Amino acid sequence: MKLWLAKQRYLIDFTLLALARRKTRNLGLLLVYTVLVFMLASVTLYSHALRQEAARVLAASPEVIVQRMVAGRHDLIPPGYLERIGRIRGVQMREARLWGYYYDAVTKANYTFMVPAENAPAAGEIVVGPALERSRGLAKNNGISFRSYSGKLHTFVIADVLPQASELVSADLVLMSEESFRAFFDYPAGHYTDIALSVANPLEVRNVALKLAAALPDARPILRDEVLRTYASIFDWREGIVLALLSAAILAFGILAWDKASGLSAEEKREIGILKAIGWETGDVIKMKFWEGLLVSLTAFLLGFVAAYVHVFHFAASLFEPVLKGWAVLYPRFQLTPQIDGLQVATLFFFTVVPYAAAVLVPIWKAAITDPDSVMRG
Amino acid sequence: MSRPADRALIFLALAGIAFAGCFVDAARLHATAAGDANGMAALVAQLRLTDLALFTEARYTRHPSQADLHSAFQDHPLAQEHFPTGSLISPPAGLLQATSGVGAGDTAMGEAK
Repeated sequence: MKLWLAKQRYLIDFTLLALARRKTRNLGLLLVYTVLVFMLASVTLYSHALRQEAARVLAASPEVIVQRMVAGRHDLIPPGYLERIGRIRGVQMREARLWGYYYDAVTKANYTFMVPAENAPAAGEIVVGPALERSRGLAKNNGISFRSYSGKLHTFVIADVLPQASELVSADLVLMSEESFRAFFDYPAGHYTDIALSVANPLEVRNVALKLAAALPDARPILRDEVLRTYASIFDWREGIVLALLSAAILAFGILAWDKASGLSAEEKREIGILKAIGWETGDVIKMKFWEGLLVSLTAFLLGFVAAYVHVFHFAASLFEPVLKGWAVLYPRFQLTPQIDGLQVATLFFFTVVPYAAAVLVPIWKAAITDPDSVMRG
Repeated sequence: MSRPADRALIFLALAGIAFAGCFVDAARLHATAAGDANGMAALVAQLRLTDLALFTEARYTRHPSQADLHSAFQDHPLAQEHFPTGSLISPPAGLLQATSGVGAGDTAMGEAK
């Protein structure tokens, strides 16, 4: 065992010195390789963390949202509609929601005005989201005026600001009382935006949706599962787009690695010939090249992954943020909670380290099994 | 003076420790952020929220899971989608999986686009 270890150390010594002879070329390759792993790891780490964050946060959203459709468009829930839903078995709680959008010409951004079911602010007061607080330079007890769609100016007092930690879901929210909401939007009495349902048995949710669709043909039930799938598909798609853009870089690296792997330079061939002539066995030459492939690819993988981790979770993925997150005038500031998927890391390792190590070995094996004399003569 | 093999192996071991450190740091940050995540989940439950406030430029991007069927093409039937988020949202499931039809359970986002 000791002998074997000593032999490997000598092989690594020799490999490193051989690599050092072509320092610029090999360092360039290592750098490109590391950057490639860094980019791929950044995208997968970021997308996975964002997908998990969305799933975790939205797991608490209502089980079913019922919208009413008129001519294919979302319409208000008229009086009496809520009562008709109550007769469907399995529905534990039904609650009409009041919310809408307001375009603020000052910040050129859309806000979501909403009436909370519990602890609504007093009439004339609002609770605002942190991004809105930032963009309008607001503070608690400040006054703010919005011109409603009817042209009237409404002034509100900021009763509170939602916690910054919840910005991912509350950046643009403006919470107000039902009275203020109806007055601001001239919302017809007894009408609501949509209905949130809570279903006692999670296995019953789909049945409730089917019963709803049968009882209220103009209703469009949106299940929590669909909301979660929507977000999973958004981030999957974005990850795919970024990877598609990166595919040019991956391809370029592929060509570089292939070029290095498939055609040995005359110098390298001569080197192998000399090694064999002075008594190296074919196995030793292959082992030496195996160490070369492993040292380069493992170093690139470890450095690339660690750099990607620091980039994503300590520098907010600043390089890929605009494409992966999207953008908006009111953009939430949030720090992603790291979620590393072991399988994802293993896949990344397999697709970055193994092909390179294998690509280095094949031509060496071909050169190493040929006669040293003919190899040296080229 | 140490041998190149020793230096390389020490460097790789350090890189391996940094790699393992990522997992330790992830667990640490995860534990620290648990309170924030619970607060966010509580706010989602309290306000009956359905969407992340990531894309606020249009109503169908602010609440993609709640968007109505034609809002992305609201100007006229052949109108091109013009918000940047729209171009980065995936096409409907039915288009991606040509063999399986779009059923009642398909996502609102799929229908919205």
